[in-house]
Amino acid sequence: MIKILKRGIVSDNPIFVQAVALCPALAVTSTVFNGIGMGLATTFAILITNVLISLLRKAIPDKVRIPCFIVVIAGAVTVVNMLVEAFVPALHANLGIFLPLIAVNCIVLARGESFAFKNGPLRSAVDGIAMGLGFALSLTLLSAVREILGSGTLFYGLPFAVTLPDSFPRTLLFILPPGAFITLAVLMAGLRFMGHLRRERQFSKEANV
Amino acid sequence: MNLILLFLSAAVVNNFVLTRFLGICPFVGVSKKLDAAVGMGVAVTFVLTLSAAVAHLVYTNLLVPFDMVYLHIIAFILIVAALVQLVEMFLKKSSPTLYTALGVYLPLITTNCAIIGAVLINMNEGYNFIESVVHATGAGVGFLMAIVVFAGIRERIERCDVPRSFRGFPIALLAAGLMSIVFLGFAGLI
Repeated sequence: MIKILKRGIVSDNPIFVQAVALCPALAVTSTVFNGIGMGLATTFAILITNVLISLLRKAIPDKVRIPCFIVVIAGAVTVVNMLVEAFVPALHANLGIFLPLIAVNCIVLARGESFAFKNGPLRSAVDGIAMGLGFALSLTLLSAVREILGSGTLFYGLPFAVTLPDSFPRTLLFILPPGAFITLAVLMAGLRFMGHLRRERQFSKEANV
Repeated sequence: MNLILLFLSAAVVNNFVLTRFLGICPFVGVSKKLDAAVGMGVAVTFVLTLSAAVAHLVYTNLLVPFDMVYLHIIAFILIVAALVQLVEMFLKKSSPTLYTALGVYLPLITTNCAIIGAVLINMNEGYNFIESVVHATGAGVGFLMAIVVFAGIRERIERCDVPRSFRGFPIALLAAGLMSIVFLGFAGLI
């Protein structure tokens, strides 16, 4: 179980390692509030679809499984969309069409196809939560960088919002669309760089022994 | 005149890929080769226009009168999936050359968020039938333009000596970011 969790969050992280589901990751991460909201909504959607697909996996014929998955996913996303609209209307307004678009988010379908269809409901639920949290954490990191650099605030819209002093330079570009591409590119390269460093250190250790 | 503005705004000013972030997956995934990018762009434009038209008809004649608007996500996804299948079968029968050119990309389009995104924007903005189709075509042309230019850039990047950590995805995203800055320049156009 812990292995599944760790894989979803770190080694198979949907954004930084698998590089799937980039559309919402780039589009809604101008503030941490939106980033976390999107991450949690997606987590919830993956959780529901994974459990449902896993429960139905013996009833769904192999040949028509993709259309079945899509209907299950669309149903789950409809539920999530309605819940967010009812309980967090501000988030619903900010995320706009990207909330219904979770339905065509590749990670949801990919988890159903590659994990839930082959595993029991409990394991699928854990996998859904792990992948969702991996996605949510990546979005939080990405949006935190963009929000600090772009508007000089952190957690704006949440109760514990922080505003940096006026002397901190604000770069509008990071809030605008290009900033999303550039921030993600640099973060991804940075994480890879750390991965390379760690691997090299391991190699040199082994060489010394 | 309004329709021309709508077309331009969807294609250039609010470019789907570079300013709205719709359809990033195929944009990054199928842009390594120029001809593949052209195929994908044409296929997306085609399906986008068609599904906008069908989705508009279904929405106004089926979902609204029967008070089933809450089912719109499921309905739109099924429309797109069914249309992709239909187009695939139709092309296979009627034009094998076009089918072999677009074949691989058609199934991928089902989960392309640009299509559903355009349909949802049409619904939210309350566009009528003509406006919906024009908006969707504009979006498709914008996608085609962006992916073709991007594929050209990536073919050049292939031959460059890129720092190890930036190879592959990161450098492609950086290039996309620079393209996005260029497209910001169109913002004052309309």
